[in-house]
Formats: sequence, C-alpha cells, structure tokens
Amino acid sequence: MSTHPPQQEQEPEESPTEQPPESVEETSPGKQKRETDKADRRIREAQREADEAAADDGPTRHIKVFRYDPEVESKQEPRFDDFHVPFEKGMTVLDALIYARDNYDPSLTFRHSCRQAICGSDAFFVNGDQCLGCKTQISELSEPVRIEPLPHQDVVKDLVVDMEHFYDEMKAVDPYFDPDETPAGDLEEQRQSRQNREKVKMSTRCIWCGACFSSCNIAAGDNQYLGPAALNKAYRFAMDEREGSERKQQRLETIEQEHGVWRCQTQFSCTNVCPKDIPLTEHIQELKREAVKNNLKFW
Amino acid sequence: MYEHDVIVVGAGGAGLRAAIAAQEAGADVAMVTKLHPVRSHTGAAEGGINAALREADSWQDHAYDTMKGSDYLGDAPAIETLCKDSPYEVIQLEHWGMAFSREEDGRVSQRPFGGLSFPRTTYAGAETGHHLLHTLYEQVVKRGIEVYDEWHVLDLAVSDEERPEDRTCHGVVAYDVATGEISGFKARDGVILATGGPGQAFDHTTNAVSCTGDGQAMAYRAGVPLEDMEFIQFHPTTLPSTGVLISEGVRGEGGILYNAEGERFMFEHGYANNDGELASRDVVSRAELTEVNEGRGIEDEYVHLDMRHLGEERILDRLENILHLAEDFEGTDGIKEPMPVKPGQHYAMGGIETDENGETCITGLYAAGECACASVHGANRLGGNALPELIVLGKRAGYHAAGKEMEPAKIETGQRGEYETATIDSPVELGEGGTPGDAVADGGAVAAGGSADPDTLLEQAVAAERRRIEELLDKDEGIHHSEVRSKVQKTMTQNVNVFREQEGLKQALRDLRDARDEYQNVKVMDPSQTFNTDLLQTIETQNLLDLAEAITVGALARKEFRGAHWRAEAQERKDDEWLKHTMLSWNDGSPELWFRPVILEGENKTYEPKVRSY
Repeated sequence: MSTHPPQQEQEPEESPTEQPPESVEETSPGKQKRETDKADRRIREAQREADEAAADDGPTRHIKVFRYDPEVESKQEPRFDDFHVPFEKGMTVLDALIYARDNYDPSLTFRHSCRQAICGSDAFFVNGDQCLGCKTQISELSEPVRIEPLPHQDVVKDLVVDMEHFYDEMKAVDPYFDPDETPAGDLEEQRQSRQNREKVKMSTRCIWCGACFSSCNIAAGDNQYLGPAALNKAYRFAMDEREGSERKQQRLETIEQEHGVWRCQTQFSCTNVCPKDIPLTEHIQELKREAVKNNLKFW
Repeated sequence: MYEHDVIVVGAGGAGLRAAIAAQEAGADVAMVTKLHPVRSHTGAAEGGINAALREADSWQDHAYDTMKGSDYLGDAPAIETLCKDSPYEVIQLEHWGMAFSREEDGRVSQRPFGGLSFPRTTYAGAETGHHLLHTLYEQVVKRGIEVYDEWHVLDLAVSDEERPEDRTCHGVVAYDVATGEISGFKARDGVILATGGPGQAFDHTTNAVSCTGDGQAMAYRAGVPLEDMEFIQFHPTTLPSTGVLISEGVRGEGGILYNAEGERFMFEHGYANNDGELASRDVVSRAELTEVNEGRGIEDEYVHLDMRHLGEERILDRLENILHLAEDFEGTDGIKEPMPVKPGQHYAMGGIETDENGETCITGLYAAGECACASVHGANRLGGNALPELIVLGKRAGYHAAGKEMEPAKIETGQRGEYETATIDSPVELGEGGTPGDAVADGGAVAAGGSADPDTLLEQAVAAERRRIEELLDKDEGIHHSEVRSKVQKTMTQNVNVFREQEGLKQALRDLRDARDEYQNVKVMDPSQTFNTDLLQTIETQNLLDLAEAITVGALARKEFRGAHWRAEAQERKDDEWLKHTMLSWNDGSPELWFRPVILEGENKTYEPKVRSY
C-alpha cells in the first residue's frame, strides 16, 4: 500500500517542527490566564508519547498540517505541524486530522460534518490539490501528506478559510428558481422532460465546497470574477426549461458581464478538482455559446 | 443583543421551511445556525419524500401505512396532518424548482419504499435530501431572510416558573464561532428549534459529526419533556467501515439481501414472507443481526446487498450516488459486486414533545424536524417519511410562531390532560449530579429569574453562558471531552442497540453516570476565541450525555417489544399496558418519568392495533 520510505514514518523528534515561545506576553487578561504555552507544551508531550507508541505498534502516516491562529501567540506566525497518525485501512485525510486532533492537539481546527462528501465543509489543499478531506484516501498520497487551507481565500485559523467571498459570488447570480408562472392548482406540477432534467442534473450536484473557486487562476487574479461554482449555478437555472425566456435572457446578461464567463480561459482546473465530477468548464463553455447565440438574435 | 420576531435555530430542511413560512406570515425572521445552511445534514438524506400524489393513492392509505409502521405508537392527528399536507408541500418544492427525477410524461417520479402500500416515494436520484436542502436555501436567499451562520446556540432564555407549562421562551444565547462573541437573540414571537437528531450518541451512525441533539438537550433542560426517546432507528443498510448510508432506494428498485451462504434470508428464513427486503427498517435490521449472530454473516459482521441484476443503465439513472458512496467509502463497485452492509444508527423517532403545530408546552417555544416528536413516527419511522415531516411540520411551526391563524392542535403537551407518573428503576443517580448551581454541570440553565422581563432574562442567560465558557476555558487541569464522548458512544452502541436487555441497559446507565462525573473535569485545551471547535464540541458532548441518558431510561422503562425497541425480557408488543408515550422531564436536574396515552382516534376513523407483519 505504502509508497514511501519507511524511515520517514518514524521521526517523532521532528514533530512539531519548530518551536516557539520564550516570552508569553499576552495582551488580554483572559488569555493570560489560559496559559497558552503551557497547554502547547502538554500537547506536544502527548504527541511525542503517542508517536512513540504508534511507531512501535504499526504503520503510521505522516501528515504536515498548516497552523495559524491570529490570537494565540505561538500560532501567529504560520507554520506546519507534523503528526504521525496510526494507519488503518480506508483511512481518509479527514480521519487522520480527526485522529490528530482528538489524540494529539485539540486545538487543531478544521470544518467537517457529514463525513460522506455531501456537506462540502472539508475542502482542503492536500499535496498541492484541492480535494475533500473525507473523500481522499490517505494511502493514495505520498508522504509527508501536506494539508493546507484552500488557497486564495483568507485563512481564519488552521485549515478554516473565510468563505464569505465565495458565498457572495454564489448570491450574485440570483441562485434561485424563478419561473414566469407556476401552475394554478396547488397539486399541479410543472412538467419537465427527462432530457432537460438530465441536462441540468450534473449542475445541481454542487455542494458549495469551494474547491473549484480556489483552484481557479482567474478567480485568484480577479477578485470580482464570478468563478466556476457561481457560473455553474447560473447554468443550472438558465438551462432549466421550466424558467421563462425573459428570465433566461437576464441570466445570460448576468454571466456575460465583465467579470463573467468570458474571463474563463478553459484551463479545466475547476473540472479537475470538483469532488462531484461536475463538468464545470463545459458548462461555462456552453453558457458562452448561449450568450453568443442570444446576442446574434438582436443583430 | 439582536432582536427579531421569530428566531429559527438550525438551518436544515425543517428550519429553512419554518423560516420561509414565518416570513410569508409577515414575521421578521432570522436563522441562527452552527453550520452554514447548505452544510446541514438534511443534505445527506437519499431516498425520498412520501406523498400521496397520484389518483390511485390517497392520504388515508399513507396514514394507514405510517400508523402501522409506527407499530401503533404514532398519534393519529399528527400522522394525518403529515399525510394530508405532504402532497401540497412536495408540489411546492417542485414549484420552487427542485430537481426531481421525472417520468416520460414529465411528471415527478415515485418509487416503492419499505412498508408502503403504494409506490409514493418521490425522489431526486439517490440524493433527494441534497436537492431539498439546496432548493429551500435558494428560497431563503431569494427572500433575503437573515441568516446568522456559524453562530452556535448555547441555551434558551426561558422564564423559570415552577411548572414548565407556565414558562415562556424569549430567545436564545449564541456564540459566534468566528470571533467568540456571546450574544443574546431576543425573539418577540417565538423560537423554533430545528436542530436535528442525537446520532452522535452512537459510534456507528449515518449521522454527521454535528448531529449532537443540541436543541433537544436545551429544550429538555428548559422543562420541555422528551418523548419516546428509546425509539432509535437502526438503518439496515450502512457501510460497515464508516456508517455511510446506502439508501433504501436500492431495495426499492429491487436490490436483494444475501447472507454468507448466499441465501435470500428475508424470505428463506421467514423474516418477512410477503415484503422481503422491503419490510419495515426495524424488521430488516433485526433480521440482518440475527443472521450474523447465528453465524451466517460475512466476516461475522455484515451481509450483502446486491443490485447488479438491475443493470448498469437503471443503476446509473436512479442510484448513481450509491455507486459513488460504495466506491469512495468501501472500495466496492456496486455494478460488479454486492455491497457489504450492516445496521447503523440512523434516526431518532423521539424528541422534543410538540403538537401538530410544532408548539411545545412552553409558550413561544417550537420544534420541528428530527429534533421534535409530534408524534408522527411512533416506534418506527418509515423510509421516506422524514423529509415530508421537515417540510410539513416545519411550515406549520413557522406559521404558528409568526401568529398566523391555524386550527387549534388536537394533541396536548406538557402535564395536562390525561397522564400517569412513574418511577425510574435506575441503579445510579440520574440527571445533573455534581454541585447544584454549577454552571458546567447544569448547562447554564440557572439563567432564568422568575417572571423577569424578557430583556433581563436574556441578559441573565447570556451572563450564565459567559460564566460556563470561561470556566471551561480557565480550568488548569482536566481531561479532554473526546474521552467522555467516546465512552458515551461505546456504551450506547454496546448496550442500547438493536437488541436490548435489562442488565445491559443498567450497565449503560452506570457508564453514563461515570461519564457525567468525568465531564465535571473536562478542560478545553484550545485557548483561542477564534473558531474554537474544541470548546464547541465540549459543549456538544454535554448535550449528548443528557440525551444518551434519556434514550437509555426510556429503553429500560419500556418492557415490551414495539417497533424499533426490542427487549430480551419481553419479546412481544403489549397493547394493554404500553399504548402510551414515554415522557421524560428534566425536573430541574432529577429526571422524572411519566406516560401519556397514544391517540389512535383519527379524523374519521380509529386505528385499531393489528399484528404487524410484512
């Protein structure tokens, strides 16, 4: 299973890499009481013991996790901490993080909830790729496994990034169904062909994890670019035959604006990282074609 | 302090639907939720939404199936409300654009599900919950409803009159996860709890890490009884290594269960001679474990669920998500090989006692969705009946809280009307223990101050929560909450599982007492105000302690076999004695057990308990 030299797995002395604080000059009195560095030291000792135990017992995996906390002195300077986690078959990146948190360092912070790739909370940057921690087998990664927060978003703490900008872009495309009219009867459904449902199906799978947005060079350089997830959301409604033509027209105008579809340079990075296999680039390309067709109408 | 007419706690299906309804009824509504709405666990629901949409079907048949599925422990007014309203609510979702699977004629598809007399489970692939959640959130965005996301609600601000029935809820206290700010949220008209189930009390569960029953624990400590907590649904098809759910839709579409000897045991060993794999969930889960216990399991642990014969095309069309789950979480290719499955904790039938309008016995406090117990599911929930509960009861709670005129409820709440009290046969002291007034021990519930005005009450509640958190952060020495949590999960999974016996249940109560005592010494290791998940999980663990105890007390008290609750000492349903709901009141820290009769009288008929066979 393992593709890495075994000696790398057992270097407890190395963890955590560098160590700080000689002076603990906490500013707020509340924080002073909490004796940050004392806790830190205890955590480190616990880890060293656990590492040694694990090294004796069986295979471990070596993870290097990005650490940062703006208000804890020892973590204000971003750093990587090393953890050696006992390996079990089927272990995911998220499992390894949970193990490290519960057994070595309870302050290790990351979002996670469902553990089954549907809540979209745990998108991380792992060995240089955006992925969902819960859906990524640790045995398939080379060691040490480097786990970082999603690039191009502000880091709140450790692996937690500020998602507000991503959410704002999602909201900018009017992300809700908006038909001209709905059937008069309370029990009367709108008809939708199987073909049309099939057409929008992949676009409706988005779980708002933000992996695509983080992988996109254009979004990194243009803060106002709607980005792949929001454009996919626009696609989901623009292509739904239950919405009216006027609404579709408005939607196309939204995605055609300066920071819309034409920014996409079809690099496919979003498509490559999407954990739900949504063909994002294709959807953006199709929106471009629709926009062109639509503009031709008025010539 | 923040102030709104209606505060909805939790933003899954029930919370979102309640917020939309409350706003429609004219209220200024805000949602306060520990997760961003699209992260809610509603998104993990797979199978579908039961609704009698077709001419050959009727709400009466849906109600009959639901009552039978509940093993005659559901309350008829709640069940009939669910079944009557569900078609309207499903079509409402369709009008809001939900991506339902479709028939050739363009109408929404329906499929067979366990325990149903008609294929009435409306679905969107095998990811119905995901589509429902996102469709509802889209409507919340459209309406501009305020969402305080990643605000973790710590407690309710409830007045402390002696009888819970005289109390009023004026708001909540919440913690801003990003900054550590603790603030009051005043609710002028009502607070709606939509916080989901307590699945994390068990260690093999389909539930998210966030499903810690926070709303149930807060309501319980504020005086609202918990109802029928012993009824925990163990889903028959979860992946052995992770507990990830494999939808009942697989069996609905024709999937077959086999034991190690290749026998189709549901038929060949007579567990359900008519419905086989599509018997009710409790029946199938017991059958699987019996096979394993009698040595016919695979690797002594699980059975096989085979859908290969359905063919790749049908699988991809209707169950594609299942292929991904089996591949990603068990390394199994469902098109080429059978999938390993075993029972796992899935759903809590019991919860916060409410009537069919979502109201609890405390004025201004509502609950809807899995955290609530109206009671729609009684002793066993049918597959496809959880999602309609979210939208039907969520909407009604939203309307009622916003003051919309509604038909008065037929179900009574609190200790009013007919009820009987009982004693608990516990080997250990239950409830908070510890030092009275200790903020950590009682979850901060000492906040209230008689019938003080709402603002004062809220300020006191905020102050109590500040004290609790400071105490947790400031302790010098102590153990980590994860030790306590895993102790809870271990004993619950070992002793309060599919098969239950008296001594095991008592052992669980002893273990939980130990865990409670250990919790007195928990220390939060992370000193930070920024995104302190260590602190929040420590608080969630306290909630799990209260709920695990409530589940076990109920299981010990109910000496019969009904629905999902099986007892070694009493392997039959006893209608003479047990057609009643198990009620547990916090009673200021010394839990009190009592019972309330089941309501079997529906609008036009009385449901007569019959032998439940499938």
